[in-house]
Amino acid sequence: MKHIKTLKTRNLCESAKNGGCGECQTSCQSACKTSCGIANQKCENAEKKESK
Amino acid sequence: MIHQYKLFDLNIVLDVASGSIHLVDDIAYDIIALFESCNKEKVVSSVYDKYKNEVSLKEVEECYMQVVQLKDNGTLFSKDNFESVAGKLKAKSNGIVKALCLHVAHTCNLNCSYCFASQGKYHGDRAIMSLDVAKRALDFLVENSGSRHNLEVDFFGGEPLMNFKMLKDLVAYARSIEKKHNKNFRFTLTTNGVLIDDEVIEFANKEMSNVVLSLDGRKEVHDRFRVYYNGKGSYDDIVPKFQKLVKARGGKDYYMRGTFTHYNPDFLEDIKTMLDLGFTELSMEPVVCASTDESCLTGSDLEIVKNEYEKLAKLMIERQNQGKPFTFYHYMIDLNDGPCIYKRISGCGSGTEYMAVTPWGDLYPCHQFVGEEKFKLGDIYNGVNNTELTKDFQSCNVYSHSECKDCWARLYCSGGCAANAYHATGSIRGVYKNGCELFKKRMECAIAVQIAKMQSED
Repeated sequence: MKHIKTLKTRNLCESAKNGGCGECQTSCQSACKTSCGIANQKCENAEKKESK
Repeated sequence: MIHQYKLFDLNIVLDVASGSIHLVDDIAYDIIALFESCNKEKVVSSVYDKYKNEVSLKEVEECYMQVVQLKDNGTLFSKDNFESVAGKLKAKSNGIVKALCLHVAHTCNLNCSYCFASQGKYHGDRAIMSLDVAKRALDFLVENSGSRHNLEVDFFGGEPLMNFKMLKDLVAYARSIEKKHNKNFRFTLTTNGVLIDDEVIEFANKEMSNVVLSLDGRKEVHDRFRVYYNGKGSYDDIVPKFQKLVKARGGKDYYMRGTFTHYNPDFLEDIKTMLDLGFTELSMEPVVCASTDESCLTGSDLEIVKNEYEKLAKLMIERQNQGKPFTFYHYMIDLNDGPCIYKRISGCGSGTEYMAVTPWGDLYPCHQFVGEEKFKLGDIYNGVNNTELTKDFQSCNVYSHSECKDCWARLYCSGGCAANAYHATGSIRGVYKNGCELFKKRMECAIAVQIAKMQSED
């Protein structure tokens, strides 16, 4: 019996290899303007190559 | 560090440092809860005692070993080793600005008493940004953006459409210079809707990557605060205009952006009103104001709000399953392709890559600091010259907030809003505790919504 299902998510340690291009949106831009969070932002790194 | 919670019929375990998410049954859930505080024998016997009518001892042992395996492969109880690189992204992009919030009008045609910008005046005099100042602001952005291709510019106020002719001329100027400099301007317009007409709709839908339309939901909620100077509510005037604009937008990004206050912590009703009006891209935000303000959310309101977030998540899942999905800004979370670790630890870009420009060209760390003289960074003519303040914002990241170090949500929020922290604690390195509480609840709900979505797609 399978007790644990691991979802497909971006591996944050791997993302360190090619991350940090800085092309993504600034944090509270565009919709909220009053409460920051980064979880809902898209990655815009065109050079991203990493194992998931 | 892990965070585990149950929401709806889901048992969810988040591994904070790796970003892994595990969906588990009750047995694994309980094993994981005991894993770090007890030895194997104790964990297995305790969990077996609880579930012996459902599973064998062998099965509990096998489940325990699955947990060990996840730990060994770095997706459970993983260590956060990122602190040493926390300042790296900001250091690497030192001096690079990629986004400006242009305060094109420090004046407004509405008189909303809850406005953090004091009816658009930001505690100062009314003012309108000239085309010369605005063009110089874009030149400043291009000059300081290094190799960044995508540049974001928000038209903000007050009410930006009170300076519409200038906006059109400025966008034409931007389009005339972007190719030469290998830049792509992404414009956003935030508006209360009063001045929307066919010309605005055509312009916004052609030139604005995003439009943010201020609507608080139910008519009585909206008209409590969003009134003209004669006291009349704006709801009946703006809703048809917003509907026309969104219909003509042809799928381009927009957000209906509402504010909820002490008077409507049951904000899900406002979300439902927006859906009934035909809007599907929604954002509702807690009011930002002094704790003495009558619209400020109270402790008991926060409990109602957290419950509303859960009900909202449930509604999203139901509507998704019915083929009538809608978007809630804070529940948009791309588990598979979200921000990299640098973004997650660097903190808000205010005062470094993002700045606000006043109508006369002064620079502030963000729109929420405008009007607070000690936060003036410099101006668009002479650049940033408040080096102490710049250093302060540059060195501010998720690890510089002591409260964030043992918070499970730190890599989802990156330390939170500097302005909220400052207004709550007097320091940009503080935390706005009420905001944290709501943020954590939103993340739990957002992740549950995404899991439900993934399950329905399987």
